[in-house]
Amino acid sequence: MPTAAPAAPLTSTTIDGAIDHLQATYPKAVSADNREGYGGIIVESAQLLDVARFIRDELGFDYLSSATAVDYLGAGDHMEMVYHAYRSSGGGALVFKAQTERDQAEIPSLVSVWRGADFQEREAWDLYGIHFPGHPNLKRILMWEGFHGHPMRKDWREAYYEEEQKPFDSRWPGGHVHRAEEKNVFGKNVSYPREIDLSRLMDTSESAVYQSLGLGVDVERVMDKDGFETNELVVNMGPHHPSTHGVFRMVLTVDGETVTSLEPVMGYLHRNHEKIGERNTYLHNIPFTDRLDYISSMGNNHGYVLAVEQLLSLGRRYNQPTYRCEVLRVLMVELSRIVNHLWAIGFWLNDIGAFFTPVLYFIQERERILDFFEAVAGSRMMCNYMRFGGLFGDLPERIKSVSNLTNDRARDYNTIQFLTEMVSERIPRTIDELEQLLTQNEILIERSVGVGVLGAADAINYSAAGPLLRGSGVPYDIRRADPYSIYDELDFDVAVEDAGDMYARYRVRVKELRESVRILRQLLPRLEATKGQSIWADGKPGAYAPRVPLGEAYGRVENGKGELGYYIVSAGGKSGTSNPWRYHVRAPSFINLTPMGIMSQGYKVADIVGILGSIDIVLGETDR
Amino acid sequence: MYGTGLAKGLMLTLRHFVDSYIDDIRYGFRKYSHSVDNFGIRQGTQTKGVITVQYPDEKVAVPERFRFVPFLIVEDEYHPTRAGKDWCTSCGICAKVCPPQCIWIVRGNDPATGRPVPEPEAFFIDIDICMNCGYCAEYCPFDAIKMDHDYELASYDRTTHHIHDKERLSKPNSYWRSIAPTRAYEEMLARGTWEHKDAAKEARRGKSSSRSAPRPAAKPAPAPATKEAQPTPEPAVNAAPAPAAAAEGTTPWSEDDAKREERRRKALERKARRAAKRGG
Repeated sequence: MPTAAPAAPLTSTTIDGAIDHLQATYPKAVSADNREGYGGIIVESAQLLDVARFIRDELGFDYLSSATAVDYLGAGDHMEMVYHAYRSSGGGALVFKAQTERDQAEIPSLVSVWRGADFQEREAWDLYGIHFPGHPNLKRILMWEGFHGHPMRKDWREAYYEEEQKPFDSRWPGGHVHRAEEKNVFGKNVSYPREIDLSRLMDTSESAVYQSLGLGVDVERVMDKDGFETNELVVNMGPHHPSTHGVFRMVLTVDGETVTSLEPVMGYLHRNHEKIGERNTYLHNIPFTDRLDYISSMGNNHGYVLAVEQLLSLGRRYNQPTYRCEVLRVLMVELSRIVNHLWAIGFWLNDIGAFFTPVLYFIQERERILDFFEAVAGSRMMCNYMRFGGLFGDLPERIKSVSNLTNDRARDYNTIQFLTEMVSERIPRTIDELEQLLTQNEILIERSVGVGVLGAADAINYSAAGPLLRGSGVPYDIRRADPYSIYDELDFDVAVEDAGDMYARYRVRVKELRESVRILRQLLPRLEATKGQSIWADGKPGAYAPRVPLGEAYGRVENGKGELGYYIVSAGGKSGTSNPWRYHVRAPSFINLTPMGIMSQGYKVADIVGILGSIDIVLGETDR
Repeated sequence: MYGTGLAKGLMLTLRHFVDSYIDDIRYGFRKYSHSVDNFGIRQGTQTKGVITVQYPDEKVAVPERFRFVPFLIVEDEYHPTRAGKDWCTSCGICAKVCPPQCIWIVRGNDPATGRPVPEPEAFFIDIDICMNCGYCAEYCPFDAIKMDHDYELASYDRTTHHIHDKERLSKPNSYWRSIAPTRAYEEMLARGTWEHKDAAKEARRGKSSSRSAPRPAAKPAPAPATKEAQPTPEPAVNAAPAPAAAAEGTTPWSEDDAKREERRRKALERKARRAAKRGG
């Protein structure tokens, strides 16, 4: 990249230029992160707020993508918050970090600078026990308030703890089988913080259910300012509610039918994916990423392998994926984007009342795509297809082979023929049908236009991503803003709509479906041209325990639901293992819920269901 | 005009509705018969309308790469020398690459020498934990563990049925060739033989190299007989059965035997010397 002329405004300097400028402005507070394999800057936490404001306002990094904590126990014994800020106009990340002690961990909250830090700081408090002075609502977010300890800390051990890192020694060569729960019976290993009142668990009164939320509303009796009882009341939706797309809970305060505030409550599907990820080896994590956003597992794989490949490329023995490998990756990712959007639109329609007719038309097409995934990767949803520097396998010759065709000769297609037919006929036909069915539908328009509005400035400030951000008039698509894989040579447009309402998000998804088909059309000749080329740079599959050099990496992709990022820290050879030291998932479903509160204010309860559907969350990823 | 968008959408629903009847008439309601031949009518690309598969009466075939709980390959029972022998050498790679760590292997030891032998003594997979990722099959250097296509594993009691032991896991090589012929063929090309790698190695050396297994008293049958005994593997037969190829070699069996015995004696001597040195 050409270096910016000195006269150029600060908001368009290069990353290095921005860092130089920061160091010049805050010589005492800002220092370069010189650890091996690391980048960015370390900011004194006392000055963090000022520096963050400067980064946002003067340097133009207005989009805080990710904020997460790392516990360096035994490697400096400190906690660290890592922030990745981007410009909404595109370009790379400005990575800045703030460090603190492990006990009495405290870092100023950045919620006043980026509202998008809200849930992420709560998560860091919940999982790492870092206190954020200035945070408006610093409560546990994924664990319940009676949880003892902060589970992501390196010295915290889970109930079925076996060993620090996989592979466990007990499996081989003297592997005597046991069930974890037999060794460690539930009840014997549960501890509670001293201040928690367990009798509350037996309390079934209304107020207890909402006690932890801090709504400021006495549920049983709400008075207005004149002392009259009003009809403002608290309505609980979920976790077991068909419209919350899983085990998501919303607590609404309503005045009549109008929502005055909304508090998302999550964590019912929490399994501490990141802790599991740190026990796992790098390779083990790939199938685990499938289980995050289980609608588009190919995209999850892609983000993760990109992050680990960034780390691997720091080492000597690393080969770039071949061109065919990249083509296949993009092919899979775009197909899963189509699946994701068909699913999202379909279930959003369910939410606003078009019950199951449209979604079943879309699912019919999705099934075909899943047939293809199954033939290529071996599984319909948990694809586990990508590997570091390669893939599980090339395309098979046929979708079904000569085996197993007892009753299924009908589906034995040539793979390329099948794919061509999908891309050139079936998928476009489905999108046309979708548009015919819905886009001009008056009921749909009346339900969705002007509902759930999120302005462009808010969308950026709340770190919204994906169709939620682009539906608010911000043309930010990572495939264009910070291209990865072969997206820079593909011809497609960033879908964007200005209105910021549910209908705009629907339109963005439809446009993206068409853009994905456009990309797929460009991939078919590339597949033909690279036929016979190996998917591995050196012709043979990668090792099962690759040596990952010391360092940090942030790999992000534009997934169907938004920006999916993986922040990975490798301890390198120091720990002598192939396990990541830190494995963080920047989940779009999770962070896109941050603006849910402001998007819902002033709308009716029935609209809330639609607004949630238009964000498009999946709880496997939200709760991790 | 208000309502045109609505009407347009409803026309589409109507078309879907009518299409399924047109389809019925076109195939004379054969769509609904349970005959295997008619499955294609319901599930083909041209099908319109209702496309339900009547599981469990009908099943959609799975593709070759489909992966469900793994199984272990043992040599076919008609194999002349290694019938029923595990392909697994208990190297432990599958247990290491297993993300949820659901594989337990007990490495076999030679009772006489106490040294590990390339054969698992016990092999367990907890199918409740298995996440069907397929890594074990992918990284197995001996093609000894494969992902199965049998997805109907429900049972009434998980404590007794859901930990598969070696007996339950073992399936003959011919089964793998039948469920995944293309892949089995590709693997054969990579391996150079339809048999286990070790079997091929033995064959090249001209005899069993397995240190643990008692050497078969009888030499392998002469080449033509072996060929007959081995049914022709589908789909291609260009790889001749390896033992046969070896038997056609020029080296007489006994000479090699002697050499091997000599090597073994020398190795034992060296070992004894080392032990003496350490002891002294």
